[in-house]
This record gives sequence, C-alpha cells and structure tokens, in this order.
Amino acid sequence: MAAGKQRRAQTVPELPRPQHLLRGLRLTAGPPQPEIHTMKETPLSACERDFILKAIEEKKRLDGRQTYDYRKIKISFGTDYGCCFVDLGQTRVMAQVSCELVAPKESRPNEGIMFFNIELSPLASPAFEQGRQSELSVKLNRQLERCLRNSKCIDTESLCVVSGEKVWQIRVDVHMLNNDGNLMDASSIAAIAALCHFRRPDVAVQGEEVTVYSPEERDPIPLSIYHMPISVSFSFFQQGTYLLVDPCEREERVMDGLLMIAMNKHREICSIQSSGGIMLLKEQVMRCSKIASVKVSEITELISKALMNDKTARKAGGRCGFAESMPQERITALKVDETPVETADVTEKASGIIKEAEAPPPTAPSPVVPVPGVGQVGLGLQNTWGVEEEEELEEFSSGDDVEEVTKMEEDERKNTKDDVVEILDSEEEEVVILHPEKPQKAENVKSSFHQKGAPSSKKKTKQKP
Amino acid sequence: MSTTGGMFAVLKEKVGQVLVPGDEFCFGAEETISLSESAKPERAVCGPGLRRSGDRLVVMKSGVLRHKPPLTFWIDSQQKRYVATKGETVIGIVTARAGDTFRVDFGGSELASLSYLAFEGATKRNRPNVQVGDLVFAQFLIANKDMEPELVCIDGSGRANGMGAFGAGGLLIKVSLGLVRRLLAPNSDIRLDLEQLFPCELVVGMNGRVWVRASSVQQTLIVANLLQSCDTMTTQQRQQLFRRVQQGAL
Repeated sequence: MAAGKQRRAQTVPELPRPQHLLRGLRLTAGPPQPEIHTMKETPLSACERDFILKAIEEKKRLDGRQTYDYRKIKISFGTDYGCCFVDLGQTRVMAQVSCELVAPKESRPNEGIMFFNIELSPLASPAFEQGRQSELSVKLNRQLERCLRNSKCIDTESLCVVSGEKVWQIRVDVHMLNNDGNLMDASSIAAIAALCHFRRPDVAVQGEEVTVYSPEERDPIPLSIYHMPISVSFSFFQQGTYLLVDPCEREERVMDGLLMIAMNKHREICSIQSSGGIMLLKEQVMRCSKIASVKVSEITELISKALMNDKTARKAGGRCGFAESMPQERITALKVDETPVETADVTEKASGIIKEAEAPPPTAPSPVVPVPGVGQVGLGLQNTWGVEEEEELEEFSSGDDVEEVTKMEEDERKNTKDDVVEILDSEEEEVVILHPEKPQKAENVKSSFHQKGAPSSKKKTKQKP
Repeated sequence: MSTTGGMFAVLKEKVGQVLVPGDEFCFGAEETISLSESAKPERAVCGPGLRRSGDRLVVMKSGVLRHKPPLTFWIDSQQKRYVATKGETVIGIVTARAGDTFRVDFGGSELASLSYLAFEGATKRNRPNVQVGDLVFAQFLIANKDMEPELVCIDGSGRANGMGAFGAGGLLIKVSLGLVRRLLAPNSDIRLDLEQLFPCELVVGMNGRVWVRASSVQQTLIVANLLQSCDTMTTQQRQQLFRRVQQGAL
C-alpha cells in the first residue's frame, strides 16, 4: 500500500527509506527538499511586488526619485593610492588597485596585464554566499571586464618594462560592502576612479638592469588612461513598457530585464549588455543610449572633481583618506570635538591630590645593585648572595624616597637576621633557606604585596553607591 | 525575586537613566530586614534586559530603565534584529506550503510553521485562502531557542481577533524594533501625529515590519518614508517634519 503510493508519487529516484517513513510521504511534486541553513534574504511578498509595479505605472518611485534620476553618488579615496569608495545611495562599493611585476602572456609579450575581480561577500547582503561563484558574481565580473578591458581604456603597452620578460600586472579588486541595487554601476565608477587615482612605482631600465624605485626614492607615476568608461543600468518593467534608471534593490527584484550601457564622455559606446530576455525596440535602445550619454558626462565630471579634491588635499599636506570623508554630525559617528582644558591651577590641584592619595607602593629600583657586579631585580625579600648589609644601605640612600628606603631596610634587616639558617657542616658553603613571611611583619607584607592588593581595594570602593 | 524595600528605592532612583550591561543591583547581606515591617517580601518583576543572578539583579542590555507601577522594571533598548518571543504578534511572509502547514518568514533565524487549521473557521475540508507570497498577521504559540517557532492566527478562544492573511494594495517596510514599540504604546505620540496627516491603515508587527495603506500610492509612499526616517529623530524634529509635510501636502 505504502509502496504503491511511493511509485506513483516519486518521479526522481530516491534513496530507499524504511517502511514507516514512507507512510508519511506527501504527495507533492518532487522529493522533499532539505532545509538549507544558509542566510537567505527576505522573500518579496506579493503585495510589495504589486505595489511597486502600480507605483511605477504612476511614475512614482519608492524613494521619490524621477524616472531618469540617479541616487546621490559620493566618491572618496583612501590614504593609499588606488583605493576608492563609492556610495550610490545606500549601495556601497570599494575598489583597490595594486600592481606586480610578472612575466607577460606569450601572445602579447610587450603588453601589461589587467586583472579584474569582483567579490560578493555576505557583508553586502544575506543573499550572497561566501566563496561560492554565484550567477550574479559571474555576470558582474564579465560585465566589468568587457567594460574596462575590451574598451582599451588603459594603455597596456606603457606597462611593459622588459619586453617578453617583465611587465606590470595591474589588479583591480572590487568589494561590495552593501547591496541596495545597481551593483554594476557602482563597481564601474569605483574601478575607473581607483585606476585614475592609482600610482605605480617608477622603473628605470639600463641595459640588462631593471631598477624599481620605492615611493620614497622617486614619486610613483600614474597609469596612462585614455578615457573613462562608465556603465549605466536601465531596468524594464511590464515587458518593456516602463523604464527606470538606477534601480534600487526592491525595484531590481521586480524588474523584467536589465540593459547595461557602458559609455565614455566622448559618446563612444564601450559595451552594451541586455539580460533578462526582454524584447527591446530599436527606439528604446537609442533613447537609452542618449540618456546614458547625459548621465555619463555628469558622472565623469563628478569623478574628475573628486580626484582633483584629493590631489589638492594631498599636496596641501592636509589629512586625506577614508576617515576624513566620514560625516561627523551623525548620531552614529564617534567623534568628540577638542575640548579646552583649564590648566591655570594645575600645580595646586596636583599637589593636593598627591597629599590625599595613598602612599605609592614601595618598589625597589630595578635593577638594584647591592655590590658592584651583583644585580637584584624585583621585590626580593632576602638577599641570598651573603653580602654585608652596610653596603646595601649606602647604595640605597642615593636618589629614592626616604620612605621606600627605610621600609626596604627594615625588610632586609628582619629577613636576614631571622631566616638565615645553616644546615650544612661545611663552612665554605652558605645555604640560606627562605621561610614564608611571619605574621608580625604584617605591614611589610602589605607593602610588598600591595600590587596584588590594589584591585581588591578598588572593588570595594566601587560597590559603595 | 523576593527582596526588601531597600532594593526598590535604588531601582526607582535609576528609572529614566541609561544603564549598560554589567550594572548590578546588589543586595542581600548589606540590607537589614526591619522587624517592624510586614513579613511578606515584595517581588520585583524583571522585564526584558534585566536578569536575576543569585541575589543580584544584573543589567543585560544597554538602554533606559523603565518602571511600571507597582513592581515591573525593564530596560528599553534599541535593536533591529528580531528574536521570536511567545505571545507577540508579527507580520510574516508565506514562503512555501509543506503538507498541512505553511512555512512563514518572520525575519528570524529560521522559518516558522503555521498550520492550515490555525485560522478562524478552518477545517480539514475548508482550507484558508492563503497563497505563497501573502502576508499574515499571526502570533507566536511556540517561540524558544530549542524548537522550531510556531505561529497561529487565532487566539485562545478560537477567534481571529484581527489576525489572518491580508495585504492587497499596501506597502511593507522594515523599521527598528524601538519604533514599533513606540507605535504600539498606549498613548503613542507618533500615532497621534500620523493621524493629523491623512487617513491611513497600519498593521504593525513586533518583528519590525509595518504595512501601510493610504488612499493613494503617493500618500502611502509618504507615510512609509516618514516612518522610516523618524526613527532616530527627537520629538521636535519629528513634529517639524510632519508639519512640513502637511503644509506641502500633496
């Protein structure tokens, strides 16, 4: 009976199960899926989807933008050359450029190598899994490569040091820090801004010798960049009827398809890519490219301004970098203004405090030299070298508080007189046995163990409200 | 927790102050029990953020100490991540159907289960009309760290009492838990201010999700954006913002 049910319900072969479990088999399509305990992003409810589509039909966006408006773009650079942060609304992306001397490719011996890498980490969104090459990650990587490498925006021949042997490999790593939609645009802005900001070490070739100068010896030189390709994303809804520029995350989840146009400010298209399988008319694509050229020129100007600001800040010697670009008047910023401190009566206050405070623990100056050639470090209770006390007194009286010295002297005197016991017959060897502290020397015990006692006394004062 | 009258005095002193984790109210040996007072010890009720540890009351979360006479004390703290608690009403999104139950996402670490029969008037033959992707307003029947959370859409006597599936035409937004509690408080300022603006329908879930519907798309968007932005504002700033919106009323 149960076996019959099994044959009818299952379409995919499954591992054989014990009989009593088969009775509970549900007649749903396919085998039951195991619960995967990864972080999943919140599912989009039907009412949200309907609302967003309805709002788009009325030409309203969730955050009040117009159809062709970009969110607020903020570009800031780090202290290293080649580090760039881009904020596109709430979407946050960081690009870092680095370089290395490597052997060139066989087919192109006198050209440098460009390497692009986009990292999607769970930091940006719970939907991204660490380590796994998801579809989105592959797509973004391909798009960025086509946008920057195939457009030949960087002069790779200038990256050659010794033809056929040593060329520069420029590596651009883009990290997503927060995903609120439109990662592609943010990544392309960050990548090209970081490349423009980057400085590579200076190299001198003299015959067979290649010298790479460090940044301290010679100023590093910028890369030679021909043009700045920037990608602009268009999202389509209702089978291409409605179009939005720069979709945010919720709009992206509802869209039918995406068109990405990468262009530079000279109105040259570097790459066009359409995903989602929507049918686009020729007029739509032409309109999009016109919108893209307007947006690209605005964004290029923004990048140039940011680069110029950073350059002037560095030249003027002012503080530059990520920390300076953080807004200070926000509730989440932890910066306190410099507060002026009144220092007029500091000396009187200080002496008053010293008088009221407890006596400091008597620490022996370390190392103590009782006799030339002998050193004693730490709070020694007893001197086991068998030297005379008078010499110790002479050494002590130089430079330290009289209080401390007298206490130490009491220590030494009492200890050496009571604790030295000879147990061997031999006169040449003097064996000294250290006895534990005697209770009548209570105050000395306290003074030498004052360090350990301090925390417990502090505890007591705290508990009194 | 049984204490003497002395503890209450100290706690009441601190009401309204900001406390941080690690602050203790330590009593016991230092307090002398007065023989003239009544022998019945008073019990303080520790709410969220406070925990009893031996004869001490320890603060677990950072926030403001609140008091509700006669005996209840708790810490009013702020966070965004929701932890399922029994008896709280939340807005969940139905993600899948598994046999006789729905798998519902409420923003916690795992999905909760909601049985078909936990709706008003539902029987084995009369299934509720709930699809995948719908919003449900439900309360927790089981919610602890050892078991899978379970939701129900009926109260103890079998009536819906406002719970169930809903959602057509509105917008779902995510806010912090503090704002949600302020919205649900008995004499809530934010609710009063919202009432002055324009008529709207609100469903507030304790998991930080709020569903808004007003008479037009534009008004719904306005209310949604207002709620999201007035989270960290003081009362004056918020009233200023609401007044500005009212004057430029669209």
